[in-house]
Amino acid sequence: MLKRKWVVALAASTVLLAGHALGADKKVVAVSIPAADHGWTAGIVYHAQAAAKEINAAFPDVEVVVKTSPSATAQVSALEDLSAGRKLDALVILPYTSEELTTPVKAVKDAGTFITVVDRGLNDPTIQDLYLAGDNIAVGRNTAKFMIDKLGGKGNLVVLRGIPTVIDDERIQGFQDAIKGTDLKVLDIQYANWNSDEAFKLMQDYLAKYPQIDAVWANDDDMLLGVLEAVKESGRKDIKLALGGNGMKDIVKKVIDGDAMTPVETPYPPAMIKTAIYMTVANLVGQAPTRGNVKLDAPLITQANAKEYYFPDSPF
Amino acid sequence: MTVITGSTPVKPEREWNIGWADVGPFVALIALLAIGFAVNPDFLSATNLGNVITRSAFIAIIAVGATFVISSGGLDLSVGSMAAFITGITIMFMNRMAPDWGVSAIPAGMVVAIAVGLLCGLMNGIIVTVGKIEPFIATLGTMGIFRALITYMSDGGTIPIDRTLRDAYRPVYFGTIAGIPLPILISIAVAVVASFILYKMKYGRKCAAVGANEDVARYSGISIIKTRTIAYAIQGACVAIAAICYVPRLGAATPTTGVLWELQVITAVVIGGTALRGGKGHVWGTVAGAVILELIANLMVLSDFVSEYLVAGVQGVIIIIAMLIQRFSK
Repeated sequence: MLKRKWVVALAASTVLLAGHALGADKKVVAVSIPAADHGWTAGIVYHAQAAAKEINAAFPDVEVVVKTSPSATAQVSALEDLSAGRKLDALVILPYTSEELTTPVKAVKDAGTFITVVDRGLNDPTIQDLYLAGDNIAVGRNTAKFMIDKLGGKGNLVVLRGIPTVIDDERIQGFQDAIKGTDLKVLDIQYANWNSDEAFKLMQDYLAKYPQIDAVWANDDDMLLGVLEAVKESGRKDIKLALGGNGMKDIVKKVIDGDAMTPVETPYPPAMIKTAIYMTVANLVGQAPTRGNVKLDAPLITQANAKEYYFPDSPF
Repeated sequence: MTVITGSTPVKPEREWNIGWADVGPFVALIALLAIGFAVNPDFLSATNLGNVITRSAFIAIIAVGATFVISSGGLDLSVGSMAAFITGITIMFMNRMAPDWGVSAIPAGMVVAIAVGLLCGLMNGIIVTVGKIEPFIATLGTMGIFRALITYMSDGGTIPIDRTLRDAYRPVYFGTIAGIPLPILISIAVAVVASFILYKMKYGRKCAAVGANEDVARYSGISIIKTRTIAYAIQGACVAIAAICYVPRLGAATPTTGVLWELQVITAVVIGGTALRGGKGHVWGTVAGAVILELIANLMVLSDFVSEYLVAGVQGVIIIIAMLIQRFSK
């Protein structure tokens, strides 16, 4: 760790020296993301900062600047601040909302900046040079497929959904389309707002209401934590599977440890911001063509590949 | 929101003058239980009722504290964030001390929780009374402060409790004494102490007097500043007690812990018969109010009538109907 710090410090000073030497030649990549206000965005901040550190160390003529904003309005101001002082070569942005950020990002684009949009699209897709996102429908679909396999195509399910948004709708839609035609029956589906406390209560109520539940799907890992606690406390033995989604480290750890009730996980990884930053820099530095749409799949995380998705130092 | 007018403090304060404000919440509670049983017989099963009443304990304990604040003519919007903040500090303290102190880090952490709670409450109280800032604005400010602090402390993620403490601490939420879950016993104990303070001690009468009419109270020689500040401190201590029971449930604090609890707390107090503009407080009504809120949410899940999209709407309607029944059955 100490050694790594030295390397970083050395690299940083090289960057400074190089900066003085090259001056205008240094390429600036601004990264604008939401501030950490829950697990997933905390992961975004962590991975964006990690990427910035690594790239600044590896490429002396590139400077990655990360700016977090607590609201859509603040993000608009941040864009103005970032682009006011200097010319940006590239902007990587995870927009708070599509509506409010579209025009400000267009203004940055018009100044000749390469635009990478992550996760949430803008209203006008012609603005972006690179769009990178996960696949929420696949999150639902792949979880459902695993359940169908594991339960032999029949059984009673309960589902916990998040906050009414497109993300939540897509996950639920992917799940329901996949179980159509099988004998898996969704006994109940209710909102628990991606909150572990609400999920704990809801799961207790499900357990009181239904004497036989074969599997639970909480479409996010925060909720899964509440579900697992409620199941554990009830002492019920009928629940064979309790699955989540997103790739929280605690849950990925369970997969690594071979947990019986949560043997797999479906990623919608906040580390995707890192993918986006690296691809953007690849275009600037290595002239690698990166314009286009990239959709990260949501492959099942199993014991075999879980290490790839496990970030013990990340807050998420 | 000042639906209840029956609880005017003009009534003789001495005991056993049972009016609708006292009985109303319990009538509503019994009605709700009957409806619940009709909808789904599982509703009255011991496990379900045990679960529901246990998890209403947090709101009940905090709401007992809020009864003091509201009765004295104040308001505290910061309780949800404060609960999250205290939970975070407590867990961090316990984790830090666990390697040296072992399991005795738990009681030490509880003491820290209460101390932090008292301080937070005192701060709210002093801003409101000495600083003479409207309670709504003052506690809206501290609500933001506490929420930001827990987000900062957790880097936006979670603060989990040390694994070595987890099992030792678990019984505080999941344990039972004589078959009754511990959180229920703790909230009853809190309510007993609170009703003693509010109905049998001089401070209780001062509280209601200040809330009912500030000027009259001042002319009678009651210190408004002292009375209200103490009410906020009691509120802080109650939030800390709730936080102590909360930690073992999920074993972690996150930036979303306790979100919107303040509204549930205020609703519980008002359903319980205490007027939002101050005056006589109804501790046991408040406890019933907290249980009613949790029962309604439970009933929504156990019944099959309501679309998942409409749950919040139906809950709102039920609360308003319950209040109207109380008002017109006088």
